[in-house]
Amino acid sequence: MKKEDRGWAIAGHISLIFYTVICIIPFILLISASLTDQNAIYANGFSFWPSEFSTAAYEYIFSADSGIIRAYGISILVTVVGTLSSVIITALLAYPLSRKETPYRNLLMFLILFTMLFHGGLVPSYLVYTQLLDVKDTIWALIVPGFLMNGFSVLIMRTFFSTTIPPELIESAEMDGAGEFKILGNIIAPLSAPVLATIGLMNCIMYWNDWQNGKIYISNPDLYSVQVLLNRIMEDIQFLKKNLPAGTDMALASLPSDNARMAIAVIGVLPILLAYPFFQKYFIKGITIGAIKG
Amino acid sequence: MEQAVQAATPVEQAPRKKKKKINFKKTWPLLLMMVPGLLYLIINNYLPMFGIFIAFKNINFAKGIFNSDWVGFRNFEYLFTTADAYIITRNTILYNLVFIVLGTILALACAILLNEIKNKFAMKFYQAVIAMPNLISWVIISYLVFAFLGAETGYVNNTILPALGSDDWIMFYMEPKYWPYILTTINFWKSVGFSSIIYFASLMGIDHSYYEAARLDGASRWKQITRITIPIMTPVIVMLFIMNLGRIFYSDFGLFYQATNNSGALFSTTATIDTYVFNGLLGVGDIGMSTAAGLYQSVVGFILIIVANYITRLMSRENAIF
Repeated sequence: MKKEDRGWAIAGHISLIFYTVICIIPFILLISASLTDQNAIYANGFSFWPSEFSTAAYEYIFSADSGIIRAYGISILVTVVGTLSSVIITALLAYPLSRKETPYRNLLMFLILFTMLFHGGLVPSYLVYTQLLDVKDTIWALIVPGFLMNGFSVLIMRTFFSTTIPPELIESAEMDGAGEFKILGNIIAPLSAPVLATIGLMNCIMYWNDWQNGKIYISNPDLYSVQVLLNRIMEDIQFLKKNLPAGTDMALASLPSDNARMAIAVIGVLPILLAYPFFQKYFIKGITIGAIKG
Repeated sequence: MEQAVQAATPVEQAPRKKKKKINFKKTWPLLLMMVPGLLYLIINNYLPMFGIFIAFKNINFAKGIFNSDWVGFRNFEYLFTTADAYIITRNTILYNLVFIVLGTILALACAILLNEIKNKFAMKFYQAVIAMPNLISWVIISYLVFAFLGAETGYVNNTILPALGSDDWIMFYMEPKYWPYILTTINFWKSVGFSSIIYFASLMGIDHSYYEAARLDGASRWKQITRITIPIMTPVIVMLFIMNLGRIFYSDFGLFYQATNNSGALFSTTATIDTYVFNGLLGVGDIGMSTAAGLYQSVVGFILIIVANYITRLMSRENAIF
């Protein structure tokens, strides 16, 4: 029996090592491409090891006129502001819903649940945000539409509050004269660090990775985030290739070269890859919370 | 405030008026807290629900949205008389079916393998790496895909095909026939590890004494998997399966839009309802028709979710969303 278990363990290791390699390999191609000389790319295409090493792409990126530094700043600003406000708004809604005293609790719960089941759709949302609120070409377009709060996080947080925080604790705080805001900030929040961190992390990744809001609402290049910039570069190249006669290199030359594009993608994904070892514990916990009903 | 109390109480429970009376003096901070969140729900979720009336209008931006002419179901008629409606519905459903069925099997197999790893460090390492692709944005993934499939510089055309003895390039972004396989592969690359962790979490919860008893009876490891693990997991599998079926009308928009570079040549195998609506909004298609497609998705999607939830509820109450 022991021997059989070992066989299974070895089979498990082999298949999972194979799987992890598949997960990592595209990134190696990407990084290698970003470090390859542009002429070598024309000659041999992308490869897993730079056929001719060059850091020109990174020099271009970090030069002032590439717009990357600015896009990076926008991405960071949006991610930080978006994540903080979304966690606060979610907690402010979830906490009263976890309290029995709150009036109209069931009605509100239903209204939240309903948003998870029925969507107005993309076009009506677009019209609300452009005609009614006029977020077009403002930083708010990257923060507010769609991402600021979702019913799912509210339900998860509410369940956490109502299952892990003893009502006696709230009662005794009330006896001591603490207001609801104080209770939430000073007592509930510190006790709920795991769920706040998980929701915050999920929102943080969502904001960093977003390209859709940028694509729909932003046309001013000064407001491009890294993802939107990358998307725009890819589109411009497709467009030029399709619409210009062969040999018109002038227009193509004004766009970042292949290795520079790959380098932008590398620095776009790098923060996530570098931070991942530190937050993966919460991330993996978040997957399980998300799957099993909040 | 007082008026609101008066208005609310009789509706709530007329006979026990005194007891049920809402104490606003005490609860107003709780209500105040909810204002930003509820306001957001109104703007972000409820107002767009009323916006579906656009589907019944012939949008003319010169006249403005509210003044455009009502056309009844004409947008829907147009949508369903074109081949588009059939193509986008078929693609959305077929891709989802493949993703759900094959994806479940792969994720489950992966979870069972993870469960065989006794070395804690190795297990955590595998878990972390295979969940990682799910963190990557679709834009970055479109670059990764491009690095492999790009016509002039891609790895496949420059290294793999020559190694196989073929000198011809394949213009991947022009050839619809390859994309069902490509998109399926990308989807699994991104999501299988992630969903295997969900299954793995419930595998870990299985009582070890079952396995010990089976071992004493001389059951092989394979027998233990097929006779203990799978049957115990069945409710979870079925439940996630039904939940996913409920979402079969919604596609993973980023996959179909970004990974394909939104190449028009690939429409027949890569267009889904979501990409159709998006392209309509951004001016490539007709906005009235795309709103109609969006409403079609919302309504059918809603019905499917309700049905899926109803079935889940019949099986296990606690797993249903409502």
